[in-house]
Amino acid sequence: MAEAERITDIGPPHYSKFLPPIIKENYGKWVSHEILEPGVLKHVAESGAELYSVRVASPRIITTIRAREICDVADKFCDGYLRFTSRHNFELLVTDKAKLAPLKEELAKRGWPIGGTGHSLTNIVHTQGWIHCHTPAIDASGIVKSVMDDLFEYFGTHQLPAQVRISLACCLNMCGAVHCSDIAICGVHRTPPKVMHDKLRHLCEIPTTIASCPTGAIRPHPDKTLKSVIVNEERCMYCGNCYTMCPAMPCFDPEKGGVALLVGGKVSNAKSPPMFSRLAVPWIPNNPPRWPEVVSTIRKILIKYAEGANKYERVAEWIERIGWEKFFEVCDIPFTFQHIDDYKFQAYDTYRTSMHFKF
Amino acid sequence: MHKTPLLDQLESGPYPSFVTDLKRLAATKPQVDDLLGQLERSYKEKITHWKHGGIVGVLGYGSGIIGRYSDLPDEFPGLEHFHTMRINHPSAWFYTSQAIRELCDIWDQYGSGILNMHGATGDLIFLGTTTDNLEPCFQALTHKGWDIGGSGSAMRSPSCCVGPARCEWAMYDTLEACYELTQHFQFDLHRPSYPYKYKLKFSGCPNDCVAAVARADQSMIGVWRDDIKIDQSAVQAYAGGELKPRAGATPYDKLDIKADVVDLCPTGCMSWDGKKLTIDNKNCNHCMHCINLMPQALKPGSERGVTILIGSHAPILEGAQMSWVIVPFMEFEPPYDELKELTEKIIEWWAENGKNRERIGELILRLGMRNFLEAVELPPVPQSVWRPRANPFFFWKQADFDAEAAGRKYYTTK
Repeated sequence: MAEAERITDIGPPHYSKFLPPIIKENYGKWVSHEILEPGVLKHVAESGAELYSVRVASPRIITTIRAREICDVADKFCDGYLRFTSRHNFELLVTDKAKLAPLKEELAKRGWPIGGTGHSLTNIVHTQGWIHCHTPAIDASGIVKSVMDDLFEYFGTHQLPAQVRISLACCLNMCGAVHCSDIAICGVHRTPPKVMHDKLRHLCEIPTTIASCPTGAIRPHPDKTLKSVIVNEERCMYCGNCYTMCPAMPCFDPEKGGVALLVGGKVSNAKSPPMFSRLAVPWIPNNPPRWPEVVSTIRKILIKYAEGANKYERVAEWIERIGWEKFFEVCDIPFTFQHIDDYKFQAYDTYRTSMHFKF
Repeated sequence: MHKTPLLDQLESGPYPSFVTDLKRLAATKPQVDDLLGQLERSYKEKITHWKHGGIVGVLGYGSGIIGRYSDLPDEFPGLEHFHTMRINHPSAWFYTSQAIRELCDIWDQYGSGILNMHGATGDLIFLGTTTDNLEPCFQALTHKGWDIGGSGSAMRSPSCCVGPARCEWAMYDTLEACYELTQHFQFDLHRPSYPYKYKLKFSGCPNDCVAAVARADQSMIGVWRDDIKIDQSAVQAYAGGELKPRAGATPYDKLDIKADVVDLCPTGCMSWDGKKLTIDNKNCNHCMHCINLMPQALKPGSERGVTILIGSHAPILEGAQMSWVIVPFMEFEPPYDELKELTEKIIEWWAENGKNRERIGELILRLGMRNFLEAVELPPVPQSVWRPRANPFFFWKQADFDAEAAGRKYYTTK
């Protein structure tokens, strides 16, 4: 390898290398689609060409063994063509309709569920959690598995009033950017950082550590010989941003850390504009390996939504219609001080200034 | 093999189990066995065992590799270094089995064999290798036509929806635009020189399947500005129940055109007399609801382009933001020079004015939208706000008085 020419800055391969012939021939000329059954899409082109896509659940974290198995299936039924979706599922692209039934049989035999289309609960977009992250409050893959197992009936069916998007971020950094999801699962810390004075001066730059705090809670240590910082704990909301800048300020606590649920976000523009998810439950215990309290709370919210929403109503639209006070009542979730926003510029437009509310 | 009684409980149930899959690999890869062992510890202790990252990389690049070290290296020696490599994914995540096998061969040779398909920004993630393996793995990748993606304070790997490859609603070529911009910003993608991260996402229509409005500093969302095309006979077929609502993907047998479409139209610009569907297109806000429900009867118009929005990011630090409309309509054809120029102007202003780790959306809030728009030479347009300000505290600049003296209105730049 040392003698070989060093190649850099080539960027990703051009996508055209990976498109099946039917897509190359009909690129930009699709006229319509049907969802034949949950997980099976049919796209029709101007030319009359038909492409079938079979959407398969995937846990996002996969091994090369699984990846090669997926390739085997793609070779057998799809001339080797496949793609992944923005929600970590994969789609097998079938040109020959006759291969659809045997493909579905093969997937069933392997225990690879199909679904995630239309009015279903599709895969949970998520982050690394304990498997590979240095700031998580909670695991990611284990909670995703537990929630999807529990709500599995909604993955392979179209029985909800609209699509439901659940996402998970294992800390407040939200590298999963879950803040516009129907139901967002967010890991939260609840302890201020413990400053390791003996390590800080070797590991961290004091000005950037101070600047990293969004609430101005970090100040230089009054004892200048320590070359460290102090934290005004009352001002800390545990975002962990200081820890990202300075490893000598861990804020983990196995018992106090936990899960917050935020609901009613969306990104699509259909009917209502995109919306942020808003706090439903400020804290649920972090309870591996199956997180029963998280799973049952999400189920409760989903069921109440499915029962209460009008046709085609997203979670956000349902809640906005009935009112948040009714959401808390219907879902039997206590309303706390944590629900009232007091963080920066977004806070004030959440305070109600009308007589339009319900008892 | 490490004992994993807690993780073993994640092997049951109908959803694919990552534990079962990882265990198969652990049989041949000791570092994967160690990974399961350490994860079991985290499940028991409810705390992570990964240390804060470190600066590792490949020659000449400052991004694409995330350093990762276990805090229990004596117990789990396979995890002493366990770095992530971000591989820039192809547009819309299309692959062939041959390409995936090539990637697997490389990763089996140089790393743990664990993948994320895909990471939050869109990259294909190689999870877990040692510092020594980074450069040879990178060279093996580039010799097969792959490159690593962005990380840190850099352009991040752009991503896009399935677009014209398989969707009739793609208002522009999301795959080509994503590829072009990725290539155009290669230098910035690999060499962090920005105040913080910068993400580009390309969605073909207002359904926004890659969540551009929420997850990209600069969001490109497809739009049309002429009339929705109506096939009245197909509308009849929906009304009669021969065609199922939303391409068949709902629990409902039949579409009630008045209740489900007309009455739910956010602008009330539709009417239905039982025979004919009429749309007052001048008042349509292209939300996609009617098109989503009746894909065989309704199509977006022909005058197609892109809306540019700016500033979204997750809550860290100033609270979550969604992207704001700055250009309501841009004609959008390869090689997308207008977008490249605008993007460069935006980044230049941000690089000049942004503080360390300040996202573009936060900078605009700090310095003001007018400063931003003037710097990137965009005119004020009403589409960029929900409603105008409700206070009288606005600024006047000399440019406004000059415009006034020249007989021009303030609200235009011409």
